[in-house]
Amino acid sequence: MAETVRLATARLTAMYGKFTAVKDVSITFQANTVNALIGPSGCGKSTFLRTLNRMHELSEEGWITGRVLLDGEDIYASRVSPMQLRRRIGMVFQKPTPFPTMSVYDNVAAGLRVNGRPGRSELDGVVEHSLKQAALWDEVKDRLRGSALALSGGQQQRLCIARTLAPRPEVILLDEPTASLDPGGTQRIEELVFALKREFTIVIVTHNLQQAARVSDTTSFFYMGTMVETGATRQLFTTPREARTEAYITGRFG
Amino acid sequence: MNRRVLRRWVSNGMVGLMILAVIVAVLPLVFILLNLVIKGAGSLSIAFFTRVPVPAGETGGGVANAIVGTLLIVGTASLVGVPVGVGAGIYCAEYPGARLAKLTRFLADVMNGTPSIVVGVFAWTLIVARVRHFSGLAGSCALAMLMIPMVMRTTEELIRLVPHSLREAALALGYPRWRTSLAIVLRTALPGIVTGSLLSIARIAGETAPLLLTALGSQYFSLDITQPMAALPLTVYQYATGPYEEWHRFAWAAALVLILVVLTLSLLARLATGRRFTLNG
Amino acid sequence: MFRVALTIAALAIPILLLFLLLELHSGARLAISRYGLGFVTGSTWDPVAEEFGAFPLIAGTLLSSFLALLIAVPLSLGVAIYITEFAPRVLRQPIAFLIELLAAIPSVVYGLWGIYVLIPILKKFVFPVLRSGLGFLPFFQGPIYGPSMLSASIILAIMIMPFIMSVAREVLIAVPGSQREAALALGATRWEAVMSAIIPYARSGILGAIILGLGRALGETMAVTMLIGNRNAISASLFAPGYTMAAVIANEFSEAATDLHFSALAYVAFLLFLVTVLVNALARLLIWRVARGSGGGKGL
Repeated sequence: MAETVRLATARLTAMYGKFTAVKDVSITFQANTVNALIGPSGCGKSTFLRTLNRMHELSEEGWITGRVLLDGEDIYASRVSPMQLRRRIGMVFQKPTPFPTMSVYDNVAAGLRVNGRPGRSELDGVVEHSLKQAALWDEVKDRLRGSALALSGGQQQRLCIARTLAPRPEVILLDEPTASLDPGGTQRIEELVFALKREFTIVIVTHNLQQAARVSDTTSFFYMGTMVETGATRQLFTTPREARTEAYITGRFG
Repeated sequence: MNRRVLRRWVSNGMVGLMILAVIVAVLPLVFILLNLVIKGAGSLSIAFFTRVPVPAGETGGGVANAIVGTLLIVGTASLVGVPVGVGAGIYCAEYPGARLAKLTRFLADVMNGTPSIVVGVFAWTLIVARVRHFSGLAGSCALAMLMIPMVMRTTEELIRLVPHSLREAALALGYPRWRTSLAIVLRTALPGIVTGSLLSIARIAGETAPLLLTALGSQYFSLDITQPMAALPLTVYQYATGPYEEWHRFAWAAALVLILVVLTLSLLARLATGRRFTLNG
Repeated sequence: MFRVALTIAALAIPILLLFLLLELHSGARLAISRYGLGFVTGSTWDPVAEEFGAFPLIAGTLLSSFLALLIAVPLSLGVAIYITEFAPRVLRQPIAFLIELLAAIPSVVYGLWGIYVLIPILKKFVFPVLRSGLGFLPFFQGPIYGPSMLSASIILAIMIMPFIMSVAREVLIAVPGSQREAALALGATRWEAVMSAIIPYARSGILGAIILGLGRALGETMAVTMLIGNRNAISASLFAPGYTMAAVIANEFSEAATDLHFSALAYVAFLLFLVTVLVNALARLLIWRVARGSGGGKGL
């Protein structure tokens, strides 16, 4: 199977004003893989993730140097609209963020409606398909018109995943998606992530090493704003090249 | 030991005084509401709501013109005051660091403390003195100016209560900034903003001083807001300070109607808030 | 586009205030050029002779507001302390709600109630007692009028009480529980804990609440106009009628016939505006300091 590079960064540096949060990171993410970003808190992995869909620039005084390439094109080029870009690179956050005033159905449809006026039957189809992909359909099909806030935490997070899937992005960014969930909820999300790589390219930030080992194809280790090591997950966890990586995965710091 | 008993005595005595303070503070409310019902309810009749005032000395008549006037003046004020206040509130919440936001926030507090009579004088020199006659519209402008800072401050506070993560989630879905603000953030804060707006409408509905210098009052039924116009608070004032026994009865009845309007608006406001709490679980 | 619309709305407030200042000043220009600062000390207010001095009005405004504070402050602080520190939990919200309801009653209704209910009661029961008990003081001598400085101050006190109470309550709630517990752990009674730990902590915020109440009292118009008697003189007796800046505007503005009369009234409004701006800025500063102080107190 020929490998295609879906997303890549080249010498990417992310700043908050004068403070450097991420320094000189170059990574490539292959299409249809799950890529984990690990490291102690404050290491810059979340900031790095947020540069990939241009969310970083919305932070106070956030700016970058270097390049981020989606299918070979620089997403920071002046002709690229951040709004259009974010429809191609979806994002799921640490805490579930269903829109409180919308029903389950409207939450999933939100990303499509902002993109134009899809027809009723088309919308129904996409909502059902997205909820099925997010393994939530069976639990909510009878209360699509109910409030999204009535769902449990784990269900809310899967709803957010369905909402992210609905506009059919190429890449999905997950920022510690299971941090606020119980073990049962975490397991379902992990299974989901594994299944979704057939269609999407996934980048997941996690501070849970077992989670990275379970779901990802590649892992990148971040420490103090730099990317220390990147490689196949199995290789990185069994024979790390860098001493700092080894120290971290064996639990000696972080 | 003796000292200990004394200290406990002082403590209990102070608590007793505080309970007394609560009673003294609540007493006027009970008194005012009771008096309004006792002295006002008797004069309420169909005619009171449907007729216009009759000349002094005659009996009968009503305050239909004042009720309609209050609705028109307050309605017009709200049409201007609510959107401007909400817009300014969104601005201050969305761009909290902007210099204009800091200035506006500070000046809104200044404006909130400005006596309404001063705003009345302003509306007089700005409008009445220029067009050379009193008008309901000038009254609306004065009342709108009183509303704007109130609505602005509640809007800003409520928008700030909306979690930042919701805004990020919308932006990450590809929402443009303006749509994020309106469809997600403002929509989530809306019940509270409705409450705040209703409360400020209730507040200005009872304002009298600025109307004395602008709407002036009128004995006739009028829907023309560019002319002098009657309003319930003006009616209460004119009848209360007038010389006739019949007028005083009317003043109480008009005050009862006014307080019912104000309390109904406040109650509606609380119902809207109640819904918000159930919505957010 | 969206930002432009919001910016226009946000600009409305500074622009309106600027206009207000300019309009009041230009309205008052005639009187300012004629009397200058002597307006503040002049004691004649005679529209017929076209002679205007605002001293009795200013004195009346200050006196009625301070008297109102004298009555309202102990009451509202007592209520605020009671409902934050002592009241049974189920009673806290209802009491606060009832007193805040007082703030919803329109000023003109207070005036009506004052004329026909409060004044007769005061005249019949309260004022005679005050005169016979405290008559050795000049404030409680002389004939008893219904509409008077004291009547107006009492209605003002009732009106500003909810404002002082609700701000003081917020300030007291912001005092960290650890302050109270520390005092109680040292063996203080609950009252002593309030006086030694909570009040000192919240002091400047409470002062802010009081000054905010003062700001309200200074500008309050209708109820005062209806109860103070509207006589332009300074009298030692609180039973005698008086006048305030807001009341003179309400009474005379729509009937003023000459340019100078209008201008003098606009001058009064201008002064009243400046004073309330200063008073409110001071109050905000004090309240803001407590809000910041309690945040810092929790340790950052």
